[in-house]
Amino acid sequence: MSDSASDQQGVRLHIVTGKGGTGKTTVSAAMALALAYGGKRVLLCEVEGRQGIASLFDVAPLPYEERRVAVGSDGGEVLALAIDVEAALLEYLDMFYRLGRAGKALDRFGVIDFATTVAPGVRDVLLTGKVFEATRRLDDGVPTYDAVVLDAPPTGRIGHFLNVNTEVAGIAKVGPIKSQASSIMRLLESDRTRVHICSTLEEMPVQETLDAISQLGEIGLTVGTVIVNMARPSELSAEDLAAVTNDELDVALVAAGLKEAGINADEAAVAGLVLVGRQHAERVGLEAEQRSLLEASARAVVSLSYIAEGIDLGGLYDLAEDLRESGEF
Amino acid sequence: MAGRLSDVPRLDPDAMLGDLGVRIIVCCGSGGVGKTTTSAALALRAAEQGRKVVVLTIDPARRLAQSMGLTELDNLPRRVAGVDHSRGGTLDAMMLDMKRTFDEIVESHADPVKSGQILGNPFYQALSSSFAGTQEYMAMEKLGQLHAEALRSGRWDLIIVDTPPSRSALDFLDAPDRLASFLDGRLIRLLLAPAKGPIRLFSAGMTVVTNTVAKVLGGQMLRDLQTFVAAIDTLFGGFRARADKTYQVLKDSQTAFLVVASPDSDALREAAFFVERLAADGMPLAGLLLNRVATSAASSISAKAALAGAEKLDADNVLTSALLRLHAERLARVSRERALRRRFAAAHPAVPTATVAALATDVHDLGSLREIGELMAA
Repeated sequence: MSDSASDQQGVRLHIVTGKGGTGKTTVSAAMALALAYGGKRVLLCEVEGRQGIASLFDVAPLPYEERRVAVGSDGGEVLALAIDVEAALLEYLDMFYRLGRAGKALDRFGVIDFATTVAPGVRDVLLTGKVFEATRRLDDGVPTYDAVVLDAPPTGRIGHFLNVNTEVAGIAKVGPIKSQASSIMRLLESDRTRVHICSTLEEMPVQETLDAISQLGEIGLTVGTVIVNMARPSELSAEDLAAVTNDELDVALVAAGLKEAGINADEAAVAGLVLVGRQHAERVGLEAEQRSLLEASARAVVSLSYIAEGIDLGGLYDLAEDLRESGEF
Repeated sequence: MAGRLSDVPRLDPDAMLGDLGVRIIVCCGSGGVGKTTTSAALALRAAEQGRKVVVLTIDPARRLAQSMGLTELDNLPRRVAGVDHSRGGTLDAMMLDMKRTFDEIVESHADPVKSGQILGNPFYQALSSSFAGTQEYMAMEKLGQLHAEALRSGRWDLIIVDTPPSRSALDFLDAPDRLASFLDGRLIRLLLAPAKGPIRLFSAGMTVVTNTVAKVLGGQMLRDLQTFVAAIDTLFGGFRARADKTYQVLKDSQTAFLVVASPDSDALREAAFFVERLAADGMPLAGLLLNRVATSAASSISAKAALAGAEKLDADNVLTSALLRLHAERLARVSRERALRRRFAAAHPAVPTATVAALATDVHDLGSLREIGELMAA
């Protein structure tokens, strides 16, 4: 991870995946804020129709339109876009085929529904296509966005989702869909794109992270940073962790401490506290095990602060700060 | 006052498992709430109480699958070793292979030539492996098959189904219908129409459609599409009828829906949607099972006292101060969860609820599944 900071130079598209429940959307949003530091303009996209960004930034549900959701004190701003696949298809048809009215007719015949649900890979080409367009869009010759962050589908589907070329190969060997897919793939494979994986220090998310690292590598994509979310530092010293695990904790010291603090605690309460400590130690042990698995496979691992109260807008800025301090973003 | 936790009726999992009239238990809930573990723990408990059980899991964690002997993905129920059979029960388990289940439906409904055509078609391959809803549909299909076999052979008297890890718990009920209506949809009927008779009524619009599809996707794709549609024509009626039939079984009183959630706002919101939907559809709800509920082991020390004490001890007794902080944090979590549960109970006061205390470690052997079962029934 020596040259990690410089690695990120020139990266325009940041794709965030992870097992469901690991905080993908939160991490994507924090990443967008981090990238907006220094007066930058960042677009944050979601593709799964969940309106996760809107609820995170506490704004009304996002339309198919780029809307500002956050500003930084230094002039930086984050815009957000909820990419709707049907709207993206109609836009695509209109842009390339000037099919304003015919597009509507297609809708009436259920073609839009068909193309966006079952035609293999078409859905993903449309979704990634919109991200591709935003990433490369220019205003007066200057890129509209300094960076684009995509809150992508979870690890279980990320390989399919990003492997657009192969996915459409079955149905379109030539033609506009094929060439669109090829251009998207070139951007995804280039050093302007990084795929980041969000994980918690639990068994299944870590396993899926490791699987995704090898899967993404196989299809030629560059894995950027593994972001460990919701990991909490140990409250207990290494010695105390070992002692509590081996059932050798100095119970008398705890009882004396409680007395000193003026807490009236009977034996059961002391035993209860020791149990809380033991459970904590078990968790810390498991987390350390999972962390070393990640560190063995990932180019860089960044940990975010543990925010016990759940994430609000303030918490999001804290996480953005963590990401910035890591030097990876 | 509405929503007092002490007023919430208790769900008794053992009564549910012991009721021979209950032949199907469906565990549903949003992703990541521990549905698979719950299904497996219920199945093990039922088998050790004397039921002949088959559990259908969808996407188990690797080590949990291994603990149940599910190392092969062959879409067939396998006997689970290490189960206590002393009360006459048995446990079979299987992992759903959605593509294979779909292939088998095609193979059993079409002649070899036609099924070969369908299985090789790119549209079929997409539909059977990545259509949003296929997994739910196939879970229902498999449930229908297991149910039929249970009735026919008496091999099982209880089927426990885990549902796919969808974002929304409702997907399990909605997706099969979505797939059926998709296959029954307008475009598909239109594309079939040339073979079936007059379409003059639509022909102007149809030309726009076919021309556009050909232009955007290429002629090859359109031909593949037409082949696909023509080939699966024979299956249409079947799809719809089968989905309807399984739906009827789910509405029957032999079925019990168990809504699984974890005590966080997203999962409980999904659980509330699901409870309301089951009521609207007239489906039998057994109750709510809350996984990973935080408990406090030293409840006589208040959070306030613990934090004040921790501060006082920071300098000279870091051990006690750390334990007090952990305890205060745990209490805060307990009270957060209770507030969420009260909110749920206020809106759904009649839903029987059982809780499972959080374990410190992951579940991946029969021993810990048994422990979960004990916690559920406690």
